[in-house]
Amino acid sequence: MADLDERAVARPAEDPFGEYGVYSRVRDGLRAYRMIAAMWIRSTMAYRASFAMTTFGNFAATSFDFVAILLMFSQVDELGGYALPEIALLYGTSAVAFGLADLLIGSMDRLGHRVRDGTLDTLLVRPVPVLAQVAADKFALRRLGRVTQGLFVLGYALATLDVAWTPVKVLMIPLMVASGGLIFCAVFVGGAAFQFVAQDASEVQNAFTYGGVTLLQYPPSVFAKDLLRGVTFLLPLAFVNWLPGLYVLGRPYPLDLPTWVAFAPPLVAVACCALAGVAWRAGLRTYRSTGS
Amino acid sequence: MNDRFIELDRIEKVFDVRKKTGFLRRERREVRAVDSISFTVARGEMVGYIGPNGAGKSTTIKMLTGILTPSGGRLRVAGIDPSRERTRLARRIGVVFGQRTTLWWDLPLIDSYRLMHRMYRIPDARYRENLGRCVELLELGALLDVPVRQLSLGQRMRGDIAAALLHDPEVLYLDEPTIGLDVISKAKVREFLKDLNTEQGTTVLLTTHDLQDIEQLCRRVMVIDHGRLMYDGPLTGLHEVGESERTLVVDLERELPPIEAAPARVVRVEGPRQWLAFPASESAAPLVARIASAYPLVDLSVREPDIEAVIAQMYAQQAVSNAVS
Repeated sequence: MADLDERAVARPAEDPFGEYGVYSRVRDGLRAYRMIAAMWIRSTMAYRASFAMTTFGNFAATSFDFVAILLMFSQVDELGGYALPEIALLYGTSAVAFGLADLLIGSMDRLGHRVRDGTLDTLLVRPVPVLAQVAADKFALRRLGRVTQGLFVLGYALATLDVAWTPVKVLMIPLMVASGGLIFCAVFVGGAAFQFVAQDASEVQNAFTYGGVTLLQYPPSVFAKDLLRGVTFLLPLAFVNWLPGLYVLGRPYPLDLPTWVAFAPPLVAVACCALAGVAWRAGLRTYRSTGS
Repeated sequence: MNDRFIELDRIEKVFDVRKKTGFLRRERREVRAVDSISFTVARGEMVGYIGPNGAGKSTTIKMLTGILTPSGGRLRVAGIDPSRERTRLARRIGVVFGQRTTLWWDLPLIDSYRLMHRMYRIPDARYRENLGRCVELLELGALLDVPVRQLSLGQRMRGDIAAALLHDPEVLYLDEPTIGLDVISKAKVREFLKDLNTEQGTTVLLTTHDLQDIEQLCRRVMVIDHGRLMYDGPLTGLHEVGESERTLVVDLERELPPIEAAPARVVRVEGPRQWLAFPASESAAPLVARIASAYPLVDLSVREPDIEAVIAQMYAQQAVSNAVS
């Protein structure tokens, strides 16, 4: 009896089968993301001068990382056995990859804040995926500043590198940026998922995101082996730029790994995103059973 | 079928509260925020859900909207299980949280509405009509281009109510919609909700700890305390169950013996100030007039019975009736 009632009340004509399946959820999420991000861009563009200044500020602040490397090279000719253009390649690819992830979903580190003050509840009563709403919240176009400085450094590297370019090596550059961006996105989402449980963990997340990119800006040879194992097998940041980058440079890997790992980043990126998605769902489920 | 638009059957919500008791040691304690509550709400009803702070009101609303998953029991809203099909239900309900806004804090009010328009896929004509009506009735015209963070609490609340109604929800949940508002804002909000319920036929469920909200809006009231449903029935019945009293605070020119003005009785005297209790069902006006004509009056104010007092009296009466039987 109860079942009959429900079917009658649910007005099935309105809800064709499959409308709430995984595929349509992804599509709905992307649509919501575009809408919210577009609104933030519009509101940013209402103050163009302010936008120009904050973007330049973002550009300048993130450039200091490279300035620091330049200063080192005013005293030495190589760092960990790497010349400046080689380091510029590692720096440029990781900076652009991270910059894109930061631009797209950098606001996710505020999730713990939302859990604490209860504003996450207001996202849960809307008919679009929560992940899209959190990711697009306060979409900040000024973060293009970081991407731009990364592109400058990458351009410098490509112009000055003494590498025998093959088609595969050329293709490797966009591949690194795209996969690296996805890997960082996964770290952002995974970190946010962790904040469902530990609401004060945004600094822990920052250690892996902002800390991670700073790590990747230097050649792997300056770090300890254990750290390298950690960022290869545990949190696979090494796949962002180190492993594919060293292949492009024709250098040996810091760990004893087969050559083909240079081509693994897309697979690693997909795996990371899948894991992050699972973690996010688990986090949201925890929140919904425990509240804030 | 319409009689059971919202249906709760022995709904429970148990939280695991962890308390730090030592450096790494933690104590786990179960808190029953909602303890086996059952009720149904028919389409078009307007129901007040009241109780003191921490009674389980907000937890119930969060389960009804699908934010929280119940620990036990069966819950249906419009035939949908909210926690399992939250997104699908979201198109059919409107929610207003008194304490926090669903609007985008840094953006002009109208931007939030435009986003709702597209997010809920509201047909253009419906959107224009609903927005127009809300703007007119809630007096939002001058506020549309103001960033939400610059709005006063009352303005923001009106803005929030409009946002919750643009997609023609079948039911509107309001969690403390008048908390912190001044008298005029409260009156505006109440009047709007009343019209919404009678004219649009929208089902309304509101939580509050302001008894006046209930008195002016709801024929039916549910009282919850410690996660249990203490009372479910008409408001008049609530006054019978827990005979509530209002308090008249009178400032006289000088210290005088206790004022005599039946049915009010003096419950407290402190210098020239006296407190008089009188039944909540009585009008204060004739009482005030009588006192003003017989005593040198400086100032006075009326205090409404608070929900805590009503519930305390409900407990007391229960104890008495238990003792008798």
